[in-house]
Amino acid sequence: MELLKTGAAGTMESGDIYVEVDKGAGGVEIELQSTVASLYGRRIKEVISEVLKEQGVSSARITANDKGALDCTIRARVATALLRASEQGDSGWWKK
Amino acid sequence: MHMKQRLRRTMMFIPGNNPGMMRDAHIYGSDSLMFDLEDSVSMPEKDAARMLVYNALKTIDYGTTEIVVRINPLDTPYGKADIEAMVCAGAHVLRMPKTETAQDVRDCEAYIAEMEKKHGIPVGTTLMMAAIEGALGVINAYDIATASDRLIGIALGAEDFCANMKCQRTTTGAELQLARQTLVLAARAAGIDALDTVYSDVNNEEQLVYEATLVRDLGFDGKSVINPRQIGPVHKVFAPAAKDIEKARRIVAALKEAEARGSGVISLNGKMIDKPVVIRAQRVLELARVSGIISEED
Amino acid sequence: MKNNIGHEIDQKLLDRMNFGLYGRDKDPRTAEKGKVHDSKMVASIEEAIKRSGLRDGMTISFHHHFRDGDQVLNQVMEVIAKLGIKNLKLAPSSLTAVHAPLVEHIKNGVVTSIESSGCRGTLADEISHGLMDTPVVFRSHGGRASAIADGRLHIDVAFLGATVSDEYGNASGTCLDESVENAAECGSLGYAKVDAQYADKVVIITNNIVAYPNAAGGIPGNQVDYVVKVDSIGDPAKISAGATRFTKNPRDLMIAEKAAQVIINSGYFKDGMSLQTGTGGASLAVTRFLTDAMLEQGVKARFALGGITGQMVKLHEMGLIDTLLDVQDFDVEAASSLRRNPNHHEIDGNTYASPFDRTAAINQLDVVILSALEIDTSFNVNVLVGSDGIIRGAIGGHPDTAAGAALTVIVSPLIRGRIPCVVDKVSTLCTDGALCDVLVTDAGVAVNPRRPEVAEALTKAGIRVTPIEQLKADAEAVVGKPDDLPFGEKVVALVTAPDGTVIDVVREICDND
Repeated sequence: MELLKTGAAGTMESGDIYVEVDKGAGGVEIELQSTVASLYGRRIKEVISEVLKEQGVSSARITANDKGALDCTIRARVATALLRASEQGDSGWWKK
Repeated sequence: MHMKQRLRRTMMFIPGNNPGMMRDAHIYGSDSLMFDLEDSVSMPEKDAARMLVYNALKTIDYGTTEIVVRINPLDTPYGKADIEAMVCAGAHVLRMPKTETAQDVRDCEAYIAEMEKKHGIPVGTTLMMAAIEGALGVINAYDIATASDRLIGIALGAEDFCANMKCQRTTTGAELQLARQTLVLAARAAGIDALDTVYSDVNNEEQLVYEATLVRDLGFDGKSVINPRQIGPVHKVFAPAAKDIEKARRIVAALKEAEARGSGVISLNGKMIDKPVVIRAQRVLELARVSGIISEED
Repeated sequence: MKNNIGHEIDQKLLDRMNFGLYGRDKDPRTAEKGKVHDSKMVASIEEAIKRSGLRDGMTISFHHHFRDGDQVLNQVMEVIAKLGIKNLKLAPSSLTAVHAPLVEHIKNGVVTSIESSGCRGTLADEISHGLMDTPVVFRSHGGRASAIADGRLHIDVAFLGATVSDEYGNASGTCLDESVENAAECGSLGYAKVDAQYADKVVIITNNIVAYPNAAGGIPGNQVDYVVKVDSIGDPAKISAGATRFTKNPRDLMIAEKAAQVIINSGYFKDGMSLQTGTGGASLAVTRFLTDAMLEQGVKARFALGGITGQMVKLHEMGLIDTLLDVQDFDVEAASSLRRNPNHHEIDGNTYASPFDRTAAINQLDVVILSALEIDTSFNVNVLVGSDGIIRGAIGGHPDTAAGAALTVIVSPLIRGRIPCVVDKVSTLCTDGALCDVLVTDAGVAVNPRRPEVAEALTKAGIRVTPIEQLKADAEAVVGKPDDLPFGEKVVALVTAPDGTVIDVVREICDND
């Protein structure tokens, strides 16, 4: 997946995470703010990295502001931000 | 495979782009949950909501609650993607908004079947329900209700219906009377469920109970709700009365006795009991059980 | 020997009986008859502080009956700091978020140690990050009252805010004088009554001086040394804040309804019972769901105890609770009931919950409903330290009432945001799990294995009882297993049990990368 522009998804509401992605300068760089940083900061970064890896994104800068989102929400928001940044539609994303 | 016949007293709406409400929406005990990709989601967020609901359904264990997703109409840029994503996510039921004709149902069904085939899901797995939200839909209610074997029910959407009818919602419900009766008639004729519209003032329990009682008396199976606080009052309305439970118990006991005798003729107090009466009695007991009025062993 | 009026009294008799003679040994006060009109009024907080003899190294106290609306503590501390007094021990009944200015007084050496029931906001955050060299001592309400009574916590000067006072220091949290406008009513002064009784010097701070006698209860003037009138003591709108309003949150309502079902079927729901509810939306809402069952089953409570709420008052006025024993009021309705209802009584902290008095009111309690920040699989409860390791609560009456009540029901959501509330081990132990009998969450009810008869009664009534380990696993299944909090080595607080022994410590929290 190629990132063409900045893509963002999510909100600052409780239980959500706001994610911004752009191409960055090589490598993956994650800047995370979270209301549950001490308990789940490590896990949140892990989930973000997993989604990037699944999409074959090796260079990206991610800024995320988390308000206690569950893993499935983090996945969804990162995925939407990536799809928006790559200007790719979501057909091909859905699996049984 | 998901049960076509089940209890649907309450179907709680969850806005599709609101993760805070998705985590444990099932704990409040509504019979069905309806994740909404349509009216509660703004156009620029349609992709985000679709992705969010997809991931939620793939991950969160909603127990035995029926999972319904309201998709965007097929003639919008979102409808087809919604169907593919939600078929893959394993939604039990796709709810079509603004259904006007039987053809709407058939078009939607065809695309669902196509997606099931594409993803190796047995054709027919995904069930459907049709929301009727305009005059034309009401007139076509029976055709709509019988347009697909996948249909579990038809539902009334009152806000759009009233806009279409150029009338206002009133406290008596006079403006919906014919639509409600037409819908329940069509649903019963088709052998599927009839589900009533939402009542949106969450602080007015009295009017909620009034509406729920009204539609229960008309024969509806349940009512849509928008807040967990509405679930209890609606369930209470649909819970059967003690004398009905007692009567149902006697009828079901008579049925068991007849079965034990190997007889097809069921009689109680010297009178013969027809099959519909037995079915209604069984339904009363099921309602009583899920309402917690009688225990599982009954 | 004759006295000054000429009646014969034998001096030997006076010596033998150790009495003085009228008119000779004391001033007979005839000269000032009808003219004595002393007053305890002083012109300012500064003057009261100076006259009280407050000096470096002493212990001062305040009460928290004005909760987030309190303006007394900050006003007094500002003057104390200006006077250059240092190295004080601050021992209020509790601290809230409005007390953030204390951070500066601590940094400047005005305050060097703290004893309190709890702490919140900026001050709590700073303390958790190691602001103070001496660990803060947290005591329960009963623990504090008894420590003051037996001298383990000696108070040199108590500065006690009051809604109204007369010039003799009869001070109260309610106002009987209808001509007083904008009285900041807080209701019971239950915790402050202990300070007034035992402190060496007592200063009443009020914005309303009423004509003698102020007979509204509260603090008797004979325990008071000085009275100061100031412009404002508290923001009435915030006195009843702190989220004690009746909740509309569906999760809290569901928990409350379940808790009511548990109580109704526990075996303790019978005519003549007694009950208490703690703070928190779910806990306070339980009362509402008990009402119908009380009416239907003809159950009346003999008394309700502790922090009194508008809901409790409603039941009292419906005749469903005979007596309210009130150590503090959570809202305006409860505060006004104290002056209105003759069977609504103000009690002090020791009468309420002294751990050493086996006749304290808590020992008569059948059911208490309490909240928790965290509860572990041994039913131990944390009400003090947040999921981020930062102090954000208060022990309050939690361990006092849990120990006294026949049935202790803990109410908590299974998860808050992404934070699991049912855990393997609470980060900070406040109440011994052996004192907590039932946990009611939005995802199920668990019963302490120590109480098999309660589990049996609930099961018989059709209430499903889930092992607490299962609830913990359910929470983790949703939110994932959290990492351990990054606590450092430095101890920032001692958590004491009601009897004054240390049950746990709170360590400094380190910031993540």
